[in-house]
Amino acid sequence: MIYIQIFWAFFISGILSYGGGPSVIPLIKEQVVDRYHWMNNHDFSEMIAAANALPGPIATKMAGYIGYDVAGWQGATVALFAAIAPTLLMMIALLGILMKYKNSVYVKNLTAYIRPIIGVLFVLITVEFVMDAIKASNILFTVMLMVISFVLLQKMKWHPAIVIGVAMGLGALRIYFI
Amino acid sequence: MVNDTTKTYWHLFLAFFRVGILGFGGGPTVVPLIQHEVVKKNCWLNDDDFSQILAIGNALPGPIITKLAGYIGYRVKGIVGCVIAIIASVVPTVILLIVILEILVKYRDNVYIAGMIGAIFPVVAVMMAVMAYEFLQKSWQDLKTLKFIIILAIVTVALWLKVSPPVIIIATIIFIFVPLIWRRPKS
Repeated sequence: MIYIQIFWAFFISGILSYGGGPSVIPLIKEQVVDRYHWMNNHDFSEMIAAANALPGPIATKMAGYIGYDVAGWQGATVALFAAIAPTLLMMIALLGILMKYKNSVYVKNLTAYIRPIIGVLFVLITVEFVMDAIKASNILFTVMLMVISFVLLQKMKWHPAIVIGVAMGLGALRIYFI
Repeated sequence: MVNDTTKTYWHLFLAFFRVGILGFGGGPTVVPLIQHEVVKKNCWLNDDDFSQILAIGNALPGPIITKLAGYIGYRVKGIVGCVIAIIASVVPTVILLIVILEILVKYRDNVYIAGMIGAIFPVVAVMMAVMAYEFLQKSWQDLKTLKFIIILAIVTVALWLKVSPPVIIIATIIFIFVPLIWRRPKS
C-alpha cells in the first residue's frame, strides 16, 4: 500500500539522518528516486532548488511535497508524520535517559561515524547531477553555470533564491545563444 | 520566570509560525530564532533548560526545528500544543513549496520555462558539492586522517557492492554500540 511505502521512506531517512539537517537529502533521494521511483533526478533537483529558496527545515519541506505529489494531502500528512514523529516521541518519552547520555562518547560517535557516509553519498549525488545537467543542456553551459553559481553562493554569499533566479534567467536566454 | 499569559495556543502558533517562515539557512540560524521566541519573548523556558533541550535534540537524528517545536509545544500546552507548534513551523512552507512546484510543472512544456528549469540542475549540483565538501571536511576534522580514510574506503566498497545506504548506516550504528554490549557483563 502506498501510504505504508511513504511512511517507510520518510521514517528510515529521518531516523538515520545524523550530522545536521541536510544529511537527510541523500537518504530521501535514495528512497524516492532509487528505491520507489516516485521521482527522477530532474524532479528531485527542481524540488531541492525550490526548497532551498524557501525558509523552514528542508527535511519537512521535502517530505510534505513528495507525500503530496505521490498521494495527495493524505500522502503529505503521512510523510510529515513519518519524518517528524519518531524522533520527537523519543525526545518526549526518553528525556530523562537522554539527559544522562547526551554527552556519552557513543552518542558523539553516532554523528562522527555517520557524517562521512553522508559525505560520500553527497559526492555520488553531485556526480549524477552534473551528468544529468550536461545531458539536459551541454558541457559548456553546465560548467559556466556551475562556476557562476559557486562564486555567487560561496564567495559572494548570495541567497540561494537569488542565485537560482539568476540561473533561470540565463537558462531562458540560452535558447537564443547556445 | 514562567509567564502564564503567553501560555496559549495562539502564542505557541505565532512563535513557531515566525520561526518557520523566517528561518532561512537551517539549524545554525534557526536555533537563535527559536531561543529568542521561547526564552526571551514568551518566557516558556529559561536559558539553562533551553540549552539542555537543545543538546538532547542535537543528539537525536532529524531536523532540529521540529524536535524543538514539538517538545516545547508539549511542555507548554500538552499534546495539542505539540501538534500546533509543529503545524505552525512546518505547514506554511510546505504549502508554498507545493504551490511553486505545481506552477513549474504546469508550464514545463513552454520553451522558456523548460530552459529556465534546465538551468537549475547545475546550481543544485553545486549545492550538493558544497554539502559533500562540508560533511567530508567536518568528519575529517572529527576522526583524524587514518580513521577517516578507512571509513571512506569501507563505505565506497559497500556502495560499489550495491549495499543500500540505510543498511550501511544501520550497520555503522550497530558497530558503534557493540562495545557497550560486551562491556556490560564485566561491570
